Amino acid sequence: MIRPILIFLFSIWLLAACEKTSPSLPDDSELLDGPVEGLSEAETRQFLAGDVAFNDHVFMASTGLGPLFVSTSCGSCHAGDGKGHLSNALTRFGQWDETGNQFLHLGGPQLQHRALPGYSPEQLPPGIPFTKLVPPANTGLGFLELVSDADILAMADPDDADGDGVSGKPNWISLPDYAIPRPDAVSQNGFYIGRFGKKAAVYDLLQQTARAYNQDMGITSTYEPFDTYSGFEIDMEVNNQTVQNVVFYLRTLKAPIPRDTDEPSVAIGKSLFEEIGCAKCHRSTLVTGPSTIGSLANRVFQPYTDLLLHDMGPELDDGYTEGSATTAEWRTPPLWGLGLSKNSQGGQYYLLHDGRVQSIEAAILLHGGEGTQSRAAYQSLNTVQKAQLITFLESL
Amino acid sequence: MLMVGTMMAQTDSTWLVRVKPVSDSIPVKMNMDAVYDRPFLQMGKIPVALGGYVEANTAWFSTDGVSDGLSFQLPRLTMFMSSSIARRIKFFTEIEFEEGGREINIEFASVDIQFHPALTLRGGVVMNPIGAFNQNHDGPKWDFISRPVSATQMLPATWSNVGFGMYGKFYRDNWTLGYEIYLTNGFDDNIISNTENRTSLPASKENHQRFEESFNGQPLYTGKLSLRRHNVGEIGFSYMGGVFNKFQDDGLTLDRKRWLNTFAVDFNTILPITNTKLLGEWAWVSVDVPDTYGQQFGNRQHGGFVDVVQPILRRKLLGWDNAVFSAVFRFEYVDWNAGTFRETGTNIADDFRALVPGISFRPTAQTVLRLNYLYEWQRDILGNPPARTAGWQFGMSSYF
Repeated sequence: MIRPILIFLFSIWLLAACEKTSPSLPDDSELLDGPVEGLSEAETRQFLAGDVAFNDHVFMASTGLGPLFVSTSCGSCHAGDGKGHLSNALTRFGQWDETGNQFLHLGGPQLQHRALPGYSPEQLPPGIPFTKLVPPANTGLGFLELVSDADILAMADPDDADGDGVSGKPNWISLPDYAIPRPDAVSQNGFYIGRFGKKAAVYDLLQQTARAYNQDMGITSTYEPFDTYSGFEIDMEVNNQTVQNVVFYLRTLKAPIPRDTDEPSVAIGKSLFEEIGCAKCHRSTLVTGPSTIGSLANRVFQPYTDLLLHDMGPELDDGYTEGSATTAEWRTPPLWGLGLSKNSQGGQYYLLHDGRVQSIEAAILLHGGEGTQSRAAYQSLNTVQKAQLITFLESL
Repeated sequence: MLMVGTMMAQTDSTWLVRVKPVSDSIPVKMNMDAVYDRPFLQMGKIPVALGGYVEANTAWFSTDGVSDGLSFQLPRLTMFMSSSIARRIKFFTEIEFEEGGREINIEFASVDIQFHPALTLRGGVVMNPIGAFNQNHDGPKWDFISRPVSATQMLPATWSNVGFGMYGKFYRDNWTLGYEIYLTNGFDDNIISNTENRTSLPASKENHQRFEESFNGQPLYTGKLSLRRHNVGEIGFSYMGGVFNKFQDDGLTLDRKRWLNTFAVDFNTILPITNTKLLGEWAWVSVDVPDTYGQQFGNRQHGGFVDVVQPILRRKLLGWDNAVFSAVFRFEYVDWNAGTFRETGTNIADDFRALVPGISFRPTAQTVLRLNYLYEWQRDILGNPPARTAGWQFGMSSYF
């Protein structure tokens, strides 16, 4: 009689110890997803609604998918809100100068290379330059959206007036009908400063989201009402509230939290990063302007980008471009969260715009054009210094 | 109140009697007999017997340190009814209420006409004999609260369809060979168009019209061969396959015929001396996924589970003559997407594994109380660090 009672009591004890027998919560600095601190309850609810729409909502034929598409959900390409993988890279084609895309009639700018059964996916027109784009991380986008145009322009040096070999210029883009210029917007001949996307050809997170629904999943909305297969305007397949929830989710994802900041090698690596000129483009500190979301307003943050276009030389020139950028120009990618990329890319780095390299050093060595001097400076570092620099980058 | 009390007082307790399972008249019971291997209640001499089982659980789970807290569930309430229509002609049905009645399913409803022990014709709603769990899934028979993931989320247990078939057994010395063959309605395009965002056979369960008509006019073939050695155990080999897509409509061709094929091996045995019960199944699925689809939808899956049930105390207890305490352990694994990425040649992960230790207490053979601890790892398609879920489950299940 004693044994059953002991077993029963032991069982009760185990139940009482539930929390001690479950997986622990990873440190916030090890995760890219999660909201910025300080959201109100209403904002938290909208964040969660956006989280569900972004990560859990899978489109099917019956809910509007395709018929031509790249992916079936937002989360498929942005695991854990981090960088994507070669298997979900986008292909874009049809534009090689500032005069716009010449192949819109043949499916440009984005190749929908997947299709529902019974449909044929798009094929690249023969002989046309194209580029592959690995999905970027989503974190901290709300902070980047709130950098003022004036601040971006202040970092630009299109004619390299200071003679340091680094210029930097904004991508002047035309806005879609639904985009509302920001209050402090600076325009030039009807064009505005783009800041999202690898070529900075997207104005804000609403355009990014509506376009991704349309171009990536074949989902129409009131913002992007044209079906990518037929070219006709059709009924919306995602409602405005859902789109806005996803925009809010992207806007309020937290900024990546640096790790190991007390490590001496990280501090030395950071100094080296600035000494060899990396920080001329990968600007460590930016500030946000006013916002209706208190957690984002007037904040100092460290994205390691200047949101400007830089000529990266023939090494990274794929012959394709967007907006006013040339084919060799790329927006400085934010480096925050770089060290966590492996955790969203399957344990292996796939870096640069097309994921062509598997190490940070290999990515540095492909910096041509305006990055040539910094690359040379990196190559002149000794082995220990190189390791310290990379340790710093992995701490971001 | 008075009338009810009077009526109850007048109830003859011998009028409603527990009858032995129909399967007790079967010389050698095999997994294929599970549908009849259930206790029934019979009223007087009416040739209809009733039965059923209920499960009630509570669970506390946490995924990567985040828990939704304690929850209580009534995952299923199942009612059986059997009838001996005439000599060697019987009817059986199983109706299941899942999740408090949110779903009501006819899981089984067939007429069996036995011409010979080696040949019985079955028609109606049948449970396709793929693996062992699909046919033998009653809660009180299992010492684990959660059903095996490989059986319910890779294979679609409980998977029933309308159709016809035959089954039978052959006996020789200590050996019994059983067979089952069925043609039924089958799967549909939901397999590769679903909210799971992966190839999912269970997604076809959403199509309740399969009980009225075939999705594509093509039958689903299911067959199983089982071999039992008296006092040793049983092993089964099963196949289920057919065309799953809508390849034509209104006489017009929409696509080529796309097949799915499923193979499974199952076994059960009781080790002598220790009385340890071992059982499990492993299955392999291949699906002709269009090349135009993303790699999210794999064309091969495999997985299974192994259960170990070790009785540690068997004695008279609190008035129950043959109460049994057991230590139990389950290992499960599913690879939802076997293969490599075209772009990198690296492994497509999307896999699941779980360990489930626990204890069970059976005051009688028909009732079980269970306490399970579950720890599982689910990796995404890229093989990123897995989502880790762990938690405790306590519950009971009983035939009635």
